[in-house]
Formats: sequence, C-alpha cells, structure tokens
Amino acid sequence: MPDTQALVNDFLNKLKKRKIEGSQATARQTAELLRSVISQQRVPYTNQAGALIDAVKAIGEQLIAANPVELAVGNIVRRVLHIIREEDLSLTTAAIGGLNLSAVSDDENDDDRDGDSTLSAAAVAAAARSTLRPPSLQTLLEDTPVSAAVPQTSSSGGDSEGKTADKSSRSRKLKHDVIEAVNELIQDIVTCHEQIAEQAVEHIHQNEVILTLGSSRTVLEFLFAAKEKKRSFRVFVAEGAPRYQGHLLAKELVARGLQTTLITDSAVFAMISRVNMVIVGAHAVMANGGVIAPVGMNLVALAAQKHAVPFVVLAGSHKLCPLYPHNPEVLLNELRSPSELLDFGEFSDCMDFGSGSGSPLLHVVNPAFDYVPPKLVSLFITDAGGHNPSYMYRLIADYYSADDLVVQRRATAGN
Amino acid sequence: MGAQKKRAAAAAAAARVSEDPDDLARQPLQAILLADSFTTKFRPITLERPKVLLPLVNVPMINYTLAWLEAAGVAEVFVFCCAHSKQVIDYLENSEWFSQPNFTVKTIESHNIISAGDALRLIYEQNVIHGDFVLISGDTVSNMSLTQALQEHKERKKKDNNAVMTMIIKKSKPSPITRQSRLGTDELFMAIDPNTKQLLYYEDKADHSKGTICLDKMLLAENPSISLHNDKQDCYIDICSPEVLSLFTDNFDYQHLRRHFVKGLLLDDIMGYKIFTHEIHSSYAARIDNYRSYDIVSKDIIQRWTYPYVPDVKFCGNRATKLERRGMYRALEIEQSRSAQVGSFTVIGYGTKIGSNSKISDSVIGEGCTIGSNVLIEGSYIWDNVIIEDGCELRHVIVCDGVIMKAGAVLKPGVVLSFKVVIGERFVVPAYSKVSLLQQPTVHDSDEELEYADNSSGTVEFSCTADQSNGEMTSESSEAHKPKLGTGGVGYIWSICEGGQEEEWRHSVAPIPEDKLTELSEAMDDDQELVTQDRTALSTSGELISDSNASEGDDNEDSKDDSVYFEKEVEATFLRAVEENVKVDHVILEVNSLRLSYNMTSADCAGAVFYSMMKLAIKTPHSSAIGLLTLYPSPFSMVASNAYPIYLSGELQQNTANIITTWQKLLKSYLLEIDEEIEIILKFEEMCLESAKEFSPLFARILHILYDKDILQEDAILRWADEKEGADESDKVFVRQSEKFIQWLREASEEED
Repeated sequence: MPDTQALVNDFLNKLKKRKIEGSQATARQTAELLRSVISQQRVPYTNQAGALIDAVKAIGEQLIAANPVELAVGNIVRRVLHIIREEDLSLTTAAIGGLNLSAVSDDENDDDRDGDSTLSAAAVAAAARSTLRPPSLQTLLEDTPVSAAVPQTSSSGGDSEGKTADKSSRSRKLKHDVIEAVNELIQDIVTCHEQIAEQAVEHIHQNEVILTLGSSRTVLEFLFAAKEKKRSFRVFVAEGAPRYQGHLLAKELVARGLQTTLITDSAVFAMISRVNMVIVGAHAVMANGGVIAPVGMNLVALAAQKHAVPFVVLAGSHKLCPLYPHNPEVLLNELRSPSELLDFGEFSDCMDFGSGSGSPLLHVVNPAFDYVPPKLVSLFITDAGGHNPSYMYRLIADYYSADDLVVQRRATAGN
Repeated sequence: MGAQKKRAAAAAAAARVSEDPDDLARQPLQAILLADSFTTKFRPITLERPKVLLPLVNVPMINYTLAWLEAAGVAEVFVFCCAHSKQVIDYLENSEWFSQPNFTVKTIESHNIISAGDALRLIYEQNVIHGDFVLISGDTVSNMSLTQALQEHKERKKKDNNAVMTMIIKKSKPSPITRQSRLGTDELFMAIDPNTKQLLYYEDKADHSKGTICLDKMLLAENPSISLHNDKQDCYIDICSPEVLSLFTDNFDYQHLRRHFVKGLLLDDIMGYKIFTHEIHSSYAARIDNYRSYDIVSKDIIQRWTYPYVPDVKFCGNRATKLERRGMYRALEIEQSRSAQVGSFTVIGYGTKIGSNSKISDSVIGEGCTIGSNVLIEGSYIWDNVIIEDGCELRHVIVCDGVIMKAGAVLKPGVVLSFKVVIGERFVVPAYSKVSLLQQPTVHDSDEELEYADNSSGTVEFSCTADQSNGEMTSESSEAHKPKLGTGGVGYIWSICEGGQEEEWRHSVAPIPEDKLTELSEAMDDDQELVTQDRTALSTSGELISDSNASEGDDNEDSKDDSVYFEKEVEATFLRAVEENVKVDHVILEVNSLRLSYNMTSADCAGAVFYSMMKLAIKTPHSSAIGLLTLYPSPFSMVASNAYPIYLSGELQQNTANIITTWQKLLKSYLLEIDEEIEIILKFEEMCLESAKEFSPLFARILHILYDKDILQEDAILRWADEKEGADESDKVFVRQSEKFIQWLREASEEED
C-alpha cells in the first residue's frame, strides 16, 4: 500500500503541475497507475468487486480533481471501473451458469459488436455484457447498484458448502481478470495510433489535398499510413498559433516525404476551397459529439462547413468522454500563460498598474482549447472505426457503465 | 580550507563514480531560500507574521518559491528562518513540502541574524552546500526553467574558475516619470558585456537629481564593448558556486546581497571574481519587495503570467478554484447575492459571503470573509476571515486577517490594516496610513538597524521624526485609542517615519496619484531644460543608449564634466584672489588643493590658471566696450560687433600684459616642464577659437609677451609650431599669425648655435 500511495502522490503532483502533456500519455499513465492500485489492493471475501471499485474511485476522484481539464484521466478511471464491473458480472454469470444451467443469457447475437475488444474470458464476458446492457428484466426489476451485485449473487447461491474454496479462487480470478483487462486497455491506448492509421487508405484518396491544424501524433501516423500505401496527396498544415506545433508537424511530414504546405491560421479560409478533406486531432470528444481541440479548430471547422469540406476528427477511444459539455469554452478550457503570445519585457510598460486607475488596460488571453460543436464534425475515426457524431453516445455506452458517469459526485458525497 | 579540500575530494570521488566525469549535472541541485527579507518594508504586518507567509492571491508567498524550486529540478532546499522562525517552521511542517518524494526541505533557524550576509555565513559554517546552488529569497515568484541558465553557469565555471555567480535578469521598462520599475523598486542601471554577458556595473541607487551616472574609466579600457541598460529588472534569483559562501565569510562586512556583495565583487579586481547575467524572455520572475510589487505581482498572477502557478492550478495544496469568464477566479462554497457585481480579474476565496449591491473589481478576497451590502471594493487585497459591514468603501488597500470594518467605514488608497484591527463606524482612514494593534516601536530595535536600505540621507531626519513619533506616542497612549479609529475602533495608526509621507506613494499598493505624476513630469521637463542649457550632462537623462559607442561618449563627457568644474573652481579662486588681494603663495596652495580633489595634472592647472587670467583680462575692456556701444547710435553698433576687437585691441593687450606680470609667479609654479607650456599655448589657441575670440587678432603679440616674461620658453613655442606643421589649414591660423615671431625665434636659436 505505501508504495502505491507514493505512486499516486507522484502522479497527482505531475497532474497538478501540468507536467504531463498530451492525453495519450496521461491516459496510459493513469491506466498503469490504476493497474498497480488494483494489484496492490487487498480483496475481502465478500464483495470483492465493490472493494476494487471503491479503491479505484477514491483514487480516481483525486486524479480527476488534480487536473479537471485533462479529461483523459476521468475517462480511464471510468473505463477501469467499467472493466471491474464487467469482469465481476461475467464471473457471476459464469457462477450462476454453473449452478443453474437454465439461466442462460437470453440473446447472444450482439457480441460480435464487441468481438474485437474481447476480454480474457471472452464468451462468458460477452454473455454477461449482453445481460447487462440492453437492460434485461432482471436488472430492471432489481435495480441494484452494481456494487451490490456480489452479495446478491451470494444470496442467490443457495447452498454454502464448498463455497469458500470457490470464493477464494474466484477472488483471485477476479483480480487477475481485471488486471488482464486493464493490460489490454493499456495496449489499446498504446496502439490506438496504428489502429486509427490502418483506416487511412479508406479515407484519403489519390491526389487529394488534406488540411490539418497544429500537431497531432494521430494525424501524423494517419497521413503517413496513407503515404505508405502509395497514395499520393498533398497536405496543408496550419501552424497552430501560439504554440506553432504545425511547424513541427510540417517538418516531420517532409522528413517522411510528403508534399507539405505550411500556412498561417488566418489563411485557412483562403485555402479551404482547394482542400478535399480536413483531418485533425482532438483533445477530447464529448458525449454529444462535440470536440475539445487545440485553439483555432473552430475556425477551421466553420471554414470547412462553409465550403462543404468534410471535417474529420481522429481520436483514440481514451479521448471519448462520457460527459456532456456545459459551457465548454470556459469550464473545459485551460488558459495558459500570456508569455506564449508576447514578450513580457517589450510590453512591460503597458502593464504598469502603478499609474492611472490601477487596473491594467492590456489583457492577454491565451486559451489552450476550442470547442467544436457536433454539427460541424462530419466524421469521427476512432480505433473502433468511423462514426457519425450522433453515434457517439452509443460508443460511450459500450465503453462506460452508466453508474460511473457521476463518479466524482458520489465519491464526494461519500466522503 | 580543510572543509573545502574535503569537499573537492568528495566531488572528485563522485565524479569518478559517475560514468562520465564531465556530467556534473547529476549532482543534486541545492538551493538556499532566505525566508526573511531583512527589511521592514512590510511593517506593521510583518510584526505579527513573517513576510514569506503573507498570502499572495490566497497562497502564502513561500509556496510559490518552493513550487518553482521543485519544478525547476532542485533536489534540496535549505530554508533559512530568522524573524518569526517558529511560524515558518510550523507552517512548513504542516504543509506538504516535507513529504515530497524528490524534494527535501530543511530548515535552518537562527534568531540573531540581521542580514542576508550573516545568514550565508551561518550556512557556510554548517557546511551543507556541496555544489552549485540557487540563492533565492522566499518572496520570489517565477516560472522560469533553470536548465539553460544552469548549463551556462556550469560551462562558464569550467572555463573560468572565477565565474562564481549567474544573476537572472528580465527586461522591464522603468517609468520615465517616477524613475521606478513597475515593481516599485528604484531604476536599476546595469552595464553588461554584450558578448560574454558579464556584469560590469550595477547601480540601483543612482542619483536622479544630477541626471548622471559614473562609470569607471577602466571598464571602457578593459572591455571592447559595453551595453548599459536601464530596462532590466533584477529577479533576485542567483545561481552561485560554493565559493560565494566562502566569499561572504572572508568579507565579514558584506551584508546585503546586491549592495555589498555584488558591488564588492565588481569593484574588487584583486581576486577577479566575475558575475554573469542570464536574461529570461518568455518566462516570469519577480520579487516582492514592497507593497507596490505585492500589488503588481498579484495582478500578474491573476493575469496568468506565472502559469502554472495560478489560482486555478493546485500547485501547492491550495483550494480548488475555478476560472470563469473575464478572469474571475471563484473557489467553492461562495455565497453571493444576485445583485452583487463581481468584476473582472477578481479572486474570491472559499466560503466567502458577499451581500447585495456590493461591487468588487480587481481585488483578491480571502477565505471565509463576510462582505455586507453596498460595499465597494476596488483594487484591494482582503485576506482571510475579514468582516466588512454594509456601506464600506475600500480602494487600493491591504486588509489582513480578522479585521472588522464597521458599517460605513472608508479606507482611502494606500491604507494597510494589520491583523485584527477594528475600524469604527463611518470612520475614514486617511490615505497611506498603516494601522496595527501593536504600537509603533518607538525605540528602533536591532531589527530596525537592518534598514541599511535607505540610509543615504536619513540619519538626521530619522532621529527627529522618531522624536516626533515619540511625542505623539506618549500623548496617544494617554488618550484612549478609541477615538483614533472611530467608535468601537481598535488599533493604532502608525505615524509615517521611514522616508516620510513624501515617498509613501512610491511603494504603496495604491496607484500613483495623477497630481504626483504631473508634478513629476513637470519637474522632469524643467530638468530637461536645464540639461539642454548645460550641455555637459547627458543629452537625455532618461534613455541611456545601449550602444557601446554611445556609452563611451557618455564617459568622455563625464570626465570632461569634471575638468569643466575644475576650471570653474580655479577661475572663481583666482577672481577672489584678485579682488581680495590674496598673496600668490596662498593662491597656489588653494589651486593645489583643488587639483588634488579633482585629480588633475599640473598641466591642467596651468591651463586653468591661464584661462582664468585671460578671462580677467577680457573683463575690463568688456565693460568699457558696452559703455562705448551704448554711446554710439544703433547703426554703428552693427559695425561695432565686428570692429570692436580691433578698436579695443590695444587696451586688451595692455590689460593682458599687466595681469601676466602680476600673476606670473602663480602661473610659473605650474610650468614645471615643457609639456605644460605647450598646454598653455594650446589652451590659448582654443580660447581664441571658442570662448574669447577677442584675443584672436592679438595671438602673436600675447605670445610674445609670454615669451618676454619668461613664462614660455622658446623650445615650447618651437615645438608647438612643429606639431602644428602637419595640421589642417584651419588649425594653422595662429601659427601663421605668429610666423614672424617663430621665424625670429628660430633665427635667434641658430645664431646662438
């Protein structure tokens, strides 16, 4: 325990001081941290899933509070919670199935949807999921909070003989399964670029002109994958003021032999008529299909809409956030230091508060993100394929359990 | 010394252990944090709480410094506590700083330390610093990255063992009117070598009334180029080599880091220690030195220049705060009336209540405050648990913890209310006053002595104001203090003694009042006129051009300045001597003393004396010339302006001859060698060209007189003529004029041969 606590504190510090950049790195580190938390967590005989969930929630709450703007942290915490619930349920159903063969799940048709992201106990888990998701009569009637799922099964277990041995093996099995599943999640996060990039050829065609803004590793891999497949196309890169990461992207693209044109952000509208498709990365994708993206993206999206150019957003599934955005321009934004915009020394006389009314006449605002509403987005490409913005809620239902959406608030109320 | 050797050996061992010995970066970086500013600028607040624990945008200042040190990769920090050391140590023990994984904070406590120099000497004795360290005071806010500066420092150190310190500076233009930086500190002049970034000159107490600064001539001789800056701000972040500590120990009179240590190193050319600068551009660094910088840095933090050390980032266990539109930071659990108007760039702390129709703008409100209705708060800093009742007005003030303001009380700009003061109903606290529960210390205790800051003019003034305050204090204590702060008020209004009311506005939280600004700018205009009249001072006193040529020019003008003053003094002495018939010997004595005080050569003296004699010679005919001119009708006067020198030349020549005969002894006493004689001829030539054109037609004749009187030897005249041989035509005017005379001299000498 103490060393997990140290790990947690270390990670909290990093999050608080904004030392981790990029949602992929954050997501991976969060998942790794939670994995070690789970593996260190002692599990009681009864209600193991509940104990795990509580542990993850307690830490997750701290992590989310440490940097509320980095949504990937919350996403991963919820994903892990969801994994625990699923594994638990699958074990339960297996147990029930073992005890009572008649209690087979009612429909098994929809597992192929999740087929590729199967977990260790694939078939059982799929069965369990199917009992969980389209709300079956059983769950509707009992309306149990999921943490109570285990006691319920133990009561339904009936006879108590020979159960202890079964339980200890089960507890070990649950933890083992969960860790296995979290490992897969980490694997997914690590490989999300490749999985997205695999779809590149389906979207980028010969002699097309692609526009992108700023720098995103996903976009880079995506474009490069298309290039690998012998597609020849041109890329316009808007530089992405004030951090100018577009410059870096342009450099890398050229290094990989792509025909690249670098433009200023303000030239996007002038160039958009020559563009066949806009492909950009995102910071987070909200449940309504809105996108939190580097600043300047809304401008690109509006320009694309005006000229009916498809606006495609690439996002790994860890960027999928089950929350609906409320006032995202402010609440989900991060205002960075104005020094990225201008040199303090040059303007120091504009900020002399010592004279006049005492309030500064010059305000420098440097938001990190833009919010692009769902109606401006044509297509999302995640590691699970391409989706319409209106389909996002469905994807989210795949990845997250509805009970976890309010993880913070319940935890706060508990404390 | 033994310790040093041991340390060197240890370092060498460590280097051998690490795979590549060059990589000293692996050595954990240490820092010394002085949790005491050793000044009294924040009194009366600092009587009750140390400066580093004062909240800056609702977070104690020391947290900004520690958070930065931690982020900058410092592994070990020694916090030096002196005043209120217990409070500082208690605070740190209860904070999270003692439990950081890769960041150790250790406290060093001492009570009888009165300056930064003493503190460093003590740390040296403890022998805890083993390598390069960062020296910083606990009231510094920064977000710069140390890597580059540290790298530069190490590389310089490798090349030159004398490069002991790297000083972080930042560009920030001072106000041309008040001669202050935006942080309320005095304008700072720095001379930096533009290539090596070596600091050559540091002056933060330049005398603006004179409009000049003095650079040592040697600086220009030794450095091919110098850039002189007045737009740099000293961030008070120093990267030091361990030698710095031993330097402090060796020079036990070093007290202040800048005024003694830096200036001492710059002047000391025996040891040859060097200080370098590192300028930061995009990142932020500033030290809170006075109330004005407290205000300015708070505003910079709210405007996010210090990102990530801003209220909505939890960098040190501060409360969760959300940033809303227009720079409003709001913590949780705030009760705010619907009709209350909270303006932009405001921070409101946890659990604060705001009543109806209150207006708050550009202010920071702490935790658990209660603000009534119809309250006006503008540009103010209100700390925790303050109660402000209905209808109060606060403009540009600092209100400490636990203050109660009864209904209708008004605080004028610049007021500072210390802890738990109570202001009575409808009481108006006058501008710039400081109110505390504690009485103003009448006896200036040892603490006060640390005010080595501004003792340039203070001593006499100080004692008399202290006396005054003494008187006031006694009368005050005999009265009940209640009427002082209105009905129900508790606390004492401090009388202003340091620097006087005059200077109070310079360092206050309140912006500089309009009338002061106009007054100052008018005064400056006057100065400017004087300067243009004088022509000897700097062309524009404000902008020192940071060009090497320009600064050289400045310096030349500087030395020229001196010689002009000297000449004037000599002239005055001489005239007085003529008027009062002082003996020649006495005059020689007086001129000699002037010569010593201005550090002039005897050639200069000879020149100056001769100059004054010639001036005197002109004076007499001059007055009669005016008389003549008024006698004649105007058409003639036009002609006269050309004609009168000729007209008067006879008289002038006579005068000159008389004066030379009377004062030849004086002149001769400075003519030790032929060089001085030549100097006189050159001086005379210069006079004829510039200041006393009346002499120009008489040049040859007066030269002759000087020769006759044995003041000039023929060798000198001949040498002068030879020197002029190669000169321009325009320069030769006087040689030509005296050609005959020179011819005659030459022939005479040949005859002698």
